[in-house]
Amino acid sequence: MDDLLKEFLVETNESLDTVDVELVRFEQEPDNAEILGNIFRLVHTIKGTCGFLGLPRLEALAHAAESLMSKFRDGMPVSGDAVTLVLFAIDRIKEILGELEANQREPAGSDTDLIRQLDEMRKSGATPAPRAAARRTVGTLVRQTLERPLEPGEASLDELERAFRDAPGPAPSKPAVAVEDKPLERPDDKLASQSIRVSIDTLEHLMTMVSELVLTRNQLLDIMRRHDDSEFKVPLQRLSNVTAELQDGVMRTRMQPIGNAWQKLPRIVRDLSAELGKDIELEMHGADTELDRQVLERIKDPLTHMVRNSADHGLESRAERIAAGKPEKGIIRLSAYHEGGHIIIGVADDGRGLDIGRIRHQVLASGLATESELEKMSEAQIQKFIFTPGFSTARRVTSVSGRGVGMDVVRSHIDQIGGTIDVQSAQGKGLNFTIKIPLTLAIISALIVESGGERFAIPQLSVLELVRVHGKSEHRIERIKDAAVLRLRNKLLPLVRMSSLLQLDGDRAIPDRGFIVVLRVGAQTFGVVVDCVFHTEEIVVKPMASKLRHIAMFSGNTILGDGSVILIVDPNGVSQATGDWAASGTGAHTDHEAGARAVAENTISLLVFRAGTPEPKAVPLSLVTRLEEIDCTKIELSNGRYMVQYRGQLMPLIGASDGVRIKRDGAQPLLVFSDGSRSMGLVVDEIVDIVEDRLDIHVGSDRSGVLGSAVVRGQATEIIDVGHFLPLAYADWFRGQDLRATARRERTLLLVDDSAFFRNMLSPVLKAAGYEVTAVESAHEALATLKKGERFDALVTDIDMPGMDGFALAEAVRGEQQFSEMPIIALSSTATPELIERGRQVGLHDYVAKFDRQSLIAALKTCLFRPA
Amino acid sequence: MFVPARLTRVPLAPPEVAGILNLRGRVVTALDMRSRLDLGARAPDAPVMAIGIEYKSESYGLLVDSVGEVMALRNDACEPKPANLDARLWRVAAGIYRLDGQLMVVLDVDRVLDIKNGAVAA
Repeated sequence: MDDLLKEFLVETNESLDTVDVELVRFEQEPDNAEILGNIFRLVHTIKGTCGFLGLPRLEALAHAAESLMSKFRDGMPVSGDAVTLVLFAIDRIKEILGELEANQREPAGSDTDLIRQLDEMRKSGATPAPRAAARRTVGTLVRQTLERPLEPGEASLDELERAFRDAPGPAPSKPAVAVEDKPLERPDDKLASQSIRVSIDTLEHLMTMVSELVLTRNQLLDIMRRHDDSEFKVPLQRLSNVTAELQDGVMRTRMQPIGNAWQKLPRIVRDLSAELGKDIELEMHGADTELDRQVLERIKDPLTHMVRNSADHGLESRAERIAAGKPEKGIIRLSAYHEGGHIIIGVADDGRGLDIGRIRHQVLASGLATESELEKMSEAQIQKFIFTPGFSTARRVTSVSGRGVGMDVVRSHIDQIGGTIDVQSAQGKGLNFTIKIPLTLAIISALIVESGGERFAIPQLSVLELVRVHGKSEHRIERIKDAAVLRLRNKLLPLVRMSSLLQLDGDRAIPDRGFIVVLRVGAQTFGVVVDCVFHTEEIVVKPMASKLRHIAMFSGNTILGDGSVILIVDPNGVSQATGDWAASGTGAHTDHEAGARAVAENTISLLVFRAGTPEPKAVPLSLVTRLEEIDCTKIELSNGRYMVQYRGQLMPLIGASDGVRIKRDGAQPLLVFSDGSRSMGLVVDEIVDIVEDRLDIHVGSDRSGVLGSAVVRGQATEIIDVGHFLPLAYADWFRGQDLRATARRERTLLLVDDSAFFRNMLSPVLKAAGYEVTAVESAHEALATLKKGERFDALVTDIDMPGMDGFALAEAVRGEQQFSEMPIIALSSTATPELIERGRQVGLHDYVAKFDRQSLIAALKTCLFRPA
Repeated sequence: MFVPARLTRVPLAPPEVAGILNLRGRVVTALDMRSRLDLGARAPDAPVMAIGIEYKSESYGLLVDSVGEVMALRNDACEPKPANLDARLWRVAAGIYRLDGQLMVVLDVDRVLDIKNGAVAA
């Protein structure tokens, strides 16, 4: 690209961002001549440069905008409409610039529509024009100097100045275009000459070199420690200090004021306030607080999201505010300051704050915690639930925010750069988010471990704790057949060996003793077994070579003080590699047959066990809350039923089949099912395995408690109907407090699923929850049933169906006027963000994993019993 | 030209990648030319040399058995590689020089470094 054009694009884009901000300020303070002067100058510069470069379309547009603004300067009152129009014009200029950057020439097209509007606005602006003409004579050409020699292709300032003056205004009337108001012209002239533009590549290179210098110094210091008496000692000390200072200085060049990330916000808030009909003021404090460029890039989006949230959900409507005795204008306050090696960013509003009641409700409905657990929590703890994935208190889906992605996404962004986020809220008074992030990502603290004879660095940010296990330790490694888990403070953590993950050796078995690094990635927690743990060290992250960048397990490499190169493990990659099983709460599929589970969409995880008979039985793993082994002496007989004290409550025990006997001594294996505050233990003889397999179920069992049999791992296996056992434990299992409070009459559901297994599994569950269920096996049948005139309160449909799938069905249903309001809930075994987004588009109310009974019931409840 | 020391293995990397190492503060990706040319593994205690190259602003080290001499050759003396050249060599060769009494294959750096990223045994 032409150098001049490139320079122009860079500068213009910067100016335009500034104009955006300034215009919004201008609307608030129309009398401020300084702001107006700034805007005018910026647009004027754009126009002049366009003329110089031969970009007629841009020039015409900038000219029209400028003419309108010169009217403001002459005293025309500034209206919101006028500012909106100018903002439109600026958006159009940005569009053209975008294409200009891509194609290196102006796109074809015409802006006469906008130019006409701008002109009309200018003419209707009433105030007298003659003064403008008079001012045209003001000002003389001042010779301008540039404090460096001209580079080839550059135009001197004088040439540019001439271009400004000579640039003809394409509009017929030529008002005070080229007025040069010298005193206003360059208030920051001094500032400009104190800074220079340096390309990012140069800075990056400098940074690399300094990193290497730091490493070399570390090596030298290492050698020095071994030779006590040396004449090198003093100079080396000096070198060390200078290096540290140099490192500090170079790091500072990567710093940018956080204001850069805020630049677009005033405009966004202004647009939102128009869209939502709220009066919003955006306050910004500490915009010049600096942080690393890389970090800055990555917090831009979360910050924008949070400000949108505040405007949309946080601040009340004008009427509500007046009713609450607050000032009409809502305030969103952004702030930033340094603290230690961190930057603290605050996003606060004086809106309604978090509604604890609603959070509780939502937490209970989605089964994130039980009522008794909530009882014990402080308000602050409950507020933290807003960061849980999938949690949203927004009652409506608006175009602004509340699309089901919310604060959890913000948190995961902040997690990724090693930051933390906290929330303080006072109901009715406002909400205050505090984000704490490290100033830089180039140097991180890492834990050095050894596995399979190699050393690796694990970023300290992801490490929750280190656990050492041996025969006598309190924490033990337990096994569910091949899968190893660690029981840690009553939680089961899936374990994986680092060396098998990295295929360093053939030995896949997890030893009984060793070190376990507990990692947390997003919502997942799992343990990585390593051979040895050394120490933590500040390391300089170097990128992986391009030939090795495809290996998801590593995020980079580094040189240690002793000169050796080690790889930095990427916790995200590890979690993905282990994700399949970590998510289902079981162990790793280490056997190689599992490699054949490529057809993951059609397979489900089944827990295989024996109870009563030698034939295996199975239940979908996701229905099981926990696997337990209870000491038989703890089992009590009360009122003719077996009970056990479990987590402070009495839990009834039910035999998984008639033949099963509760053991007299030793440990009794149980499958625990929980719903809200209740739990039930299903007594089995032996837990055999967890398998991932296709389910071809042959339905048609007459026996209660058995859905049918299927071939699992080549063996006929009975599939247990959990819905049968739950009411045995509590007669009112599903009809408890949930429905008494809400249900007046039986709600009707239409369930669509092509698999007989799911229809048979879900129908009883839904019936037990108090719904009247009609199950059909295809989308076509569902449409036919609906068209026959049957009324349903909600539609629950599978997504992956042959022929017409769930999306198509949802679209078809939404197309019919009389059903357009009917809630639709989709069930699917795969839930990627893309699919969920697609679901939102076709009008699905919710998207639930196929076996997640609790979420399904919760989703139905939120759809059908919405608080009015 | 350097003698590679303290090579760090890279798990899950393509087989040609012998590892990464620190060469005066730079992280160098070492490619084993024996593996690249399918010549079979080197004896464990055999001497090894590395040729350092800079390619697309990254550093690579080609591990070889030994280094002969540095020669200045004329570009126009390079002859096209014969069609019946060993397939393993043919893939990475740029051409052939006729020296006194023997032929010498010139390797094409682009092709030598063109290792398939996806070819990892999953």
